[in-house]
Amino acid sequence: MKKYMINMTVTESKSLHNSYCLLKLTSDKALPEIRPGQFVQVWVDHSPTTFLRRPISVHYVDKIKNELWLLIQKVGDGTRSMATYPPGDILNLLLPLGNGFTIPASADGKQKLLLVGGGVGVAPLLFLGACLKMEGFEPHFLLGARTKDELLQLEYFRQFGTIYTTTEDGSHGEKGFVTHHSILKNVRFDQIYTCGPKPMMRAVAGYAFSAAIPCEVSLENTMACGIGACLCCVEDTHEGNVCVCTEGPVFNIDKLKWQN
Amino acid sequence: MAELKVNIRKLSLKNPVTTASGTFGYGTEYADFMNIERLGGIFVKGTTLEPREGNPYPRMAETTAGMLNAVGLQNKGVDYFIRSLYPGIKDLDTNVIVNVSGSTIESYVACAEMIATLDKIPAIELNISCPNVKKGGMSFGVTPEGAAEVVRAVRKVYPNVLIVKLSPNVTDITEIARAVEAEGADSVSLINTLLGMAIDVRKRKPVLSTITGGLSGPCVKPVALRMVWQTYQAVKIPIIGLGGIASWEDAVEFLLAGATAIQIGTANFIDPAISVKVIEGIEAYCDASGIKAVSELTGALDTSMLSSK
Repeated sequence: MKKYMINMTVTESKSLHNSYCLLKLTSDKALPEIRPGQFVQVWVDHSPTTFLRRPISVHYVDKIKNELWLLIQKVGDGTRSMATYPPGDILNLLLPLGNGFTIPASADGKQKLLLVGGGVGVAPLLFLGACLKMEGFEPHFLLGARTKDELLQLEYFRQFGTIYTTTEDGSHGEKGFVTHHSILKNVRFDQIYTCGPKPMMRAVAGYAFSAAIPCEVSLENTMACGIGACLCCVEDTHEGNVCVCTEGPVFNIDKLKWQN
Repeated sequence: MAELKVNIRKLSLKNPVTTASGTFGYGTEYADFMNIERLGGIFVKGTTLEPREGNPYPRMAETTAGMLNAVGLQNKGVDYFIRSLYPGIKDLDTNVIVNVSGSTIESYVACAEMIATLDKIPAIELNISCPNVKKGGMSFGVTPEGAAEVVRAVRKVYPNVLIVKLSPNVTDITEIARAVEAEGADSVSLINTLLGMAIDVRKRKPVLSTITGGLSGPCVKPVALRMVWQTYQAVKIPIIGLGGIASWEDAVEFLLAGATAIQIGTANFIDPAISVKVIEGIEAYCDASGIKAVSELTGALDTSMLSSK
């Protein structure tokens, strides 16, 4: 897929809970095709301590409004700076980067697809869920967070499928981690997609391995260029060290050395 | 319009702007963002005789105005380069220069001999300065004797333009430059990355899997510029300057300090079209200053204030 460097204008910046921000961007030109699971590299202005671009998952693409949504967790100076951009600010982005999730060939109404997200890792699953829904699937979302306030964007997820939640403090849904949710015992899924903290993804992958369910994970190794030139973001796979930015960020777990 | 052409001995560059090895892949990675044929040259990723997996992740740490890397020369080896990469880049209308690395003298020589068989590769850049490999690499580049030994051996088998990439992790870079000039190097490129490290204070662990890594980006520019200036006083062969160049002004600084051409490295990661902007900026600067040929800038630093005192 052809990559572009484009300037985009902030149309909305919305604080979600204390540590997250939803940034909506638009462009004069029509956005190129973007697949769920792909990411963008954002040039962070106004932060003297931020040198490299910040790789951010595509949270949602609103084709009607020509809008790109980014869900940002304020982790360091770069992401905190991005959360302060007011509407009208211009951001420079590289997009679309990496490979997306695999969408099953055809919907026969029987496939049970589970999308498991934790924390800010829920970001790419909204767009994936939207695309799956449009293709005729009925996605199931299993979303986890520490507390109910950190369960992000539930009202949007609800539009595209069924939601199950877990919180560590029990303030929403079942108490505990996503991998403890009863839905995993009660329903046999045909495909799992997951994005979130690495320990969570490894636990989900462990479940998928043991239940022999195909599973794709989205990795977020620290990266510099985002286009396969610097070889910094590598993941150790059965094919050796490969760049997460170009070979991923979405990987089938069979390719990774995650099976214990 | 100023003449932008420069020569590194018999290697002719359409302009002095090239891209640094390890930051530009094989050129094609950037083709969506710019016309890579506008470059004076592309120094492709470090290539070794045998495939190398490189160092374990994590390999990168962002720093103030720069970054540390510890990639460790990950590449699929010279056979793969010749078979699978060369056919796709050999007909580019720019100079494709292969950065050659090794762990022993013999491996440098064997790799250079294989590259010498490729018609469309007019030059190699001998990497005796990679700080991220345990054996070879920088260990050859930190003594005049070691540097001379590799260059002598490669010079015997490599007939085309031989550029030697120097390490800044030395007491006196001019000694190394003189040593490789004496062995017949056609040019020196400098600087490779500066050895550095970063620590995660919460985990009390190094950020990089290798503890130390190579520092690059705007933070190293003053050091690189100083070394180019010193080396310009010490050798007659043309110098290719690099280290933190991120604008046309940076590039002109290196030319004035004594570089004939420059390489853009880490800045490619932030703006993948930066090198074209640097070419256009240099051209506009020459035209605005009445400079007829960019080669006039090499070493044209005005130091008259020293003699007027």
